[in-house]
Amino acid sequence: MAETALQLGIVGGYMIVALVVGVVAYRLTDRTAEDYYLASRTLGTVVLLFTTFATLLSAFTFFGGPNLAYAAGPEWILVMGLMDGLIFAVLWYVLGYKQWLVGKRHGYVTLGEMLGDRFGSTSLRVVVAAVSLVWLFPYVMLQQKGAGQAIVGLTGGAVPFWVGAGGITLFMVLYVALSGMRGVAWTDTLQGLFMLSLVWVAVAWVLSAVGGAGAATAALAVEEPTFLGLGGGLYTPQYILSTAVSIAFGVTMFPQINQRFFAAGSKKVLQRTFALWPVLVLLLFVPAFMLGAWAAGLGVAVPEGGNVIPAILAEYTPTWFTALVIAGAMAAMMSSSDSMLLSGSSYLTRDLYRPLTGQDDARDEKTDRREALVARVGVVVFAALSFVASLYTPGTLVQIGDTAFSGFAQLTVPVALALYWRGTTQSGMFAGVLGSQLFYGLHVFPVVSTLAGAFGVDTGLPATYLGWTPGIVGILVGLLLTVGVSLVTTAAPEERVARFTDTEGLQAD
Amino acid sequence: MSTARIVGWTVVALVLLALAVPWFLWGDAGTALGLPVWLWWHIGWMALASVVFAVFARTDWGLGIEEVRPRG
Repeated sequence: MAETALQLGIVGGYMIVALVVGVVAYRLTDRTAEDYYLASRTLGTVVLLFTTFATLLSAFTFFGGPNLAYAAGPEWILVMGLMDGLIFAVLWYVLGYKQWLVGKRHGYVTLGEMLGDRFGSTSLRVVVAAVSLVWLFPYVMLQQKGAGQAIVGLTGGAVPFWVGAGGITLFMVLYVALSGMRGVAWTDTLQGLFMLSLVWVAVAWVLSAVGGAGAATAALAVEEPTFLGLGGGLYTPQYILSTAVSIAFGVTMFPQINQRFFAAGSKKVLQRTFALWPVLVLLLFVPAFMLGAWAAGLGVAVPEGGNVIPAILAEYTPTWFTALVIAGAMAAMMSSSDSMLLSGSSYLTRDLYRPLTGQDDARDEKTDRREALVARVGVVVFAALSFVASLYTPGTLVQIGDTAFSGFAQLTVPVALALYWRGTTQSGMFAGVLGSQLFYGLHVFPVVSTLAGAFGVDTGLPATYLGWTPGIVGILVGLLLTVGVSLVTTAAPEERVARFTDTEGLQAD
Repeated sequence: MSTARIVGWTVVALVLLALAVPWFLWGDAGTALGLPVWLWWHIGWMALASVVFAVFARTDWGLGIEEVRPRG
């Protein structure tokens, strides 16, 4: 009971700190949409680095990843390194820096807005936003569900699920609506530093209790002899590459990450963040995932449906420390969700609500203020809908949430082509975006097998292609469609090719 | 000049990506100083990547982006 009170106290303490940060940020916020969503493009290195980092990680760092290392060996460290440390860093430059320049020049706030303007097509803007929201919504829902379940677990059921999930939703809405990007970025920074310190203290604590890394690894070699060898079991080359590529591509197109490309304060900030990225990934994932792997060697038992990190900490560290780590993981979930809420609301209001209600992108102050109000309403609507969904959690939504990364990854290639290849046409974009979504969607949802079954035929689409996931094949489909259709069509008269390639306009400072 | 640099840096990036997983240690279960050898490779490789990225940011940042020349 004392433990529960302590854990709730720590979670509550975090919420109060976040709220205070939100209030301070609120006092510094102009009432404009650009400030609300992008902190007026002023984020500095540390804040940009950590807000992207914290947003990226969610609970996977503490729960999902170490569980995988516990069950299948620590090679996920390599997947993370390749994915987050390298591929994402390259995309950070290739897509992020270019988007930052273009966004600064033309005042874009969302991806859909940028593409819609370049291709002179409101429909494209709506399609890109709609596709993004389709994948984002269930992902937010899963975070709310996760947070609700964590509270149930924490209190042994004393606090029911709907109170936990609802309370966290309410809290997030409050401070996201209040503070916007500035507050979210600041709390993420605290959060990221907190997580990083915590994981190193945890490793030091466990290793000093078991006699050092050498002893822990030796125990692992005895208990699970196959874990130390590179590859084997779950880890095939195709699995490692498919996972790393599809998640890295997907991350880049997640609204909350993509929008951060627009929010950097200066070229310097983007450069520093880019160079620090691999080291930061290294510092977080090696200790977190090795803890999971070592737990397998140390004979730590994980309860059914439980997580390995709390289990190993419970064995080797005091109760209050375990509580602190669990609170940290929950806070990690919240820091991802608040960013998703904010970005989701910007897609909803700017790319769907505005075009569909026939409003243009007028940029006078009055419109801007009304826009910021609509944005806050958007946050409330988005969060309320996903909260209601989390109460019922239909199976299909869970499926969408789990496959969201690859769903977003389908957008990356058409966007990259649009940014760099002058020959990309409006029709090419529609074909690439919709075609790859269709291809991938047909693999995620059992449409083909259901239809075939209705005609008495037992067939379906393959689960993999020579070991490669449909997510990866879909990316290739998107590439072929965008290039192919662009080559056989000509640019529509309303397209503005110079938007992304005008050398005069694209100067950094 | 700029094309040569783009090709050069692309090759560097591809090498960094290609050897992020030490394929030549596939199946190797050797350990050193308490960690698998392949994990030491990973640690060194990521540190190297940070240094390479920093050098790129210092010398050729903007390559292929800020000097885009309109074609056709």
